[in-house]
Amino acid sequence: MKEVISPERKIVLPGDLIGKNPKKAGPGTYVENNRVYAGIFGLLDEKSLRVIPLKGRYIPEVGNLVIGIIEETQSNGWSVDIDSPYEAFLPVSEYPGRIPQGKDPKDIMKTGDVISAKVVNIDPLMRVYLSMKDRNAKILNRGRLVEIIHTRVPRVIGRKGSMVSLLKKELGISIIVGQNGRIWVFGEEDKANIAIECIKIIEREAHTDGLTERITEYIKNAKKRPERS
Amino acid sequence: MEDIKLIVDGRRIDGRKPDELRNVKIEAGVLKRADGSCYIEMGNNKIVAAVYGPRSLHPKHLQNPNRVVVRYRYNMAPFSVDERKRPGPDRRSVEISKVSKEAFEPVIIKELFPRSSIDIFVEVLQADAGTRVAGINAASVALADAGIPMKGLVSAVAVGKVDGEIVLDLVKEEDNYGQADIPVATFIRAGKIEGITLLQMDGRVSKDELKKALELAKKGCMEIYRMQKEALINRCRGDEIVE
Repeated sequence: MKEVISPERKIVLPGDLIGKNPKKAGPGTYVENNRVYAGIFGLLDEKSLRVIPLKGRYIPEVGNLVIGIIEETQSNGWSVDIDSPYEAFLPVSEYPGRIPQGKDPKDIMKTGDVISAKVVNIDPLMRVYLSMKDRNAKILNRGRLVEIIHTRVPRVIGRKGSMVSLLKKELGISIIVGQNGRIWVFGEEDKANIAIECIKIIEREAHTDGLTERITEYIKNAKKRPERS
Repeated sequence: MEDIKLIVDGRRIDGRKPDELRNVKIEAGVLKRADGSCYIEMGNNKIVAAVYGPRSLHPKHLQNPNRVVVRYRYNMAPFSVDERKRPGPDRRSVEISKVSKEAFEPVIIKELFPRSSIDIFVEVLQADAGTRVAGINAASVALADAGIPMKGLVSAVAVGKVDGEIVLDLVKEEDNYGQADIPVATFIRAGKIEGITLLQMDGRVSKDELKKALELAKKGCMEIYRMQKEALINRCRGDEIVE
């Protein structure tokens, strides 16, 4: 994989001094003796005094929409793999709608099923609880799943969702982006292919400017390609 | 072996001055499957380090409810030394794994990942004295490459006493026939040495010699730090990542 990073972006290493105002310290930093140091290897965002990670595992946060794969069904819910060091749990009570009389959780979702769900609670022991009582939460039994490095997800979403809406609008497909780096794409095969190609480009070129214009251009050219029969 | 002179006219057997490092080459991100990785050459030492995690830790009783568990495995390949080394952990490599792990404990920000583990693997492919410090240098770069939160980098180098003189970065002959070998690892933050995280000694030196040796080690560590930094920045600027 080739990675492209604009030369203007400043790369910082753990321990680099990046500021002297502890009140402004953002994610990816730590404070000691009133000084702000970079806590991870990544790109410095001087404005908000945070370090944008290049790599690393997904650590869930409350409010995140994630795409999970059911690992195991239990009597009171499902344990879900969210591609993180921590497994998540979806209790039956957080499943929308009722479970019909005489049926139990395994009749609704079983191991291997893919769902989108919201992280609603994380306890101090990092036990993660999911809920499907959300507009974007559903069982994803059709479509395709793409995995990218989760740190690039903000670029796939774009400012206020501009990038996803661009893909959805231009290609007429459904996309759900999970904060954990899993992206669900559903639509006509050729269109879905283009969308996945675009996602891969965004992943690779996440740290450059003018990405939206290049993606628009790419979609325009890709749509001219002869359809495969 | 009393008659062997290891320093002649201020030059060591490989032509270096007493305070000179061997050639060092560091490359980050060499393994695709690992979260972070690094290949290092320090003179004739050739070492690969791989970092995995934070990931869930099994068996469960090893988990710590408050912080991440760091595991470090130093291993020498059977072909890494002249006489075939019996594969698998032995007294020496278990000890090196333990002290190397402790060299990283104060640097990794462990509170962020309760119940999980960070696994560091250091494989020595070719050995020529100072493998534990070279391994620590590689592991430090690999940890940063994996995106693990740390307070700074760890840089390490060995110093020693050879022919009555304090020298930096010993080769095998100097280690075998010299009077002392002292591996040192330091915690470096914002270009400044903040502390020593590993200090061992094999042989004997006087108090003044140890002070001198530590000063020399600090100088060597700063040089290594600059090269580690360069390797990490090159990983982004170099435009290529292993397929």
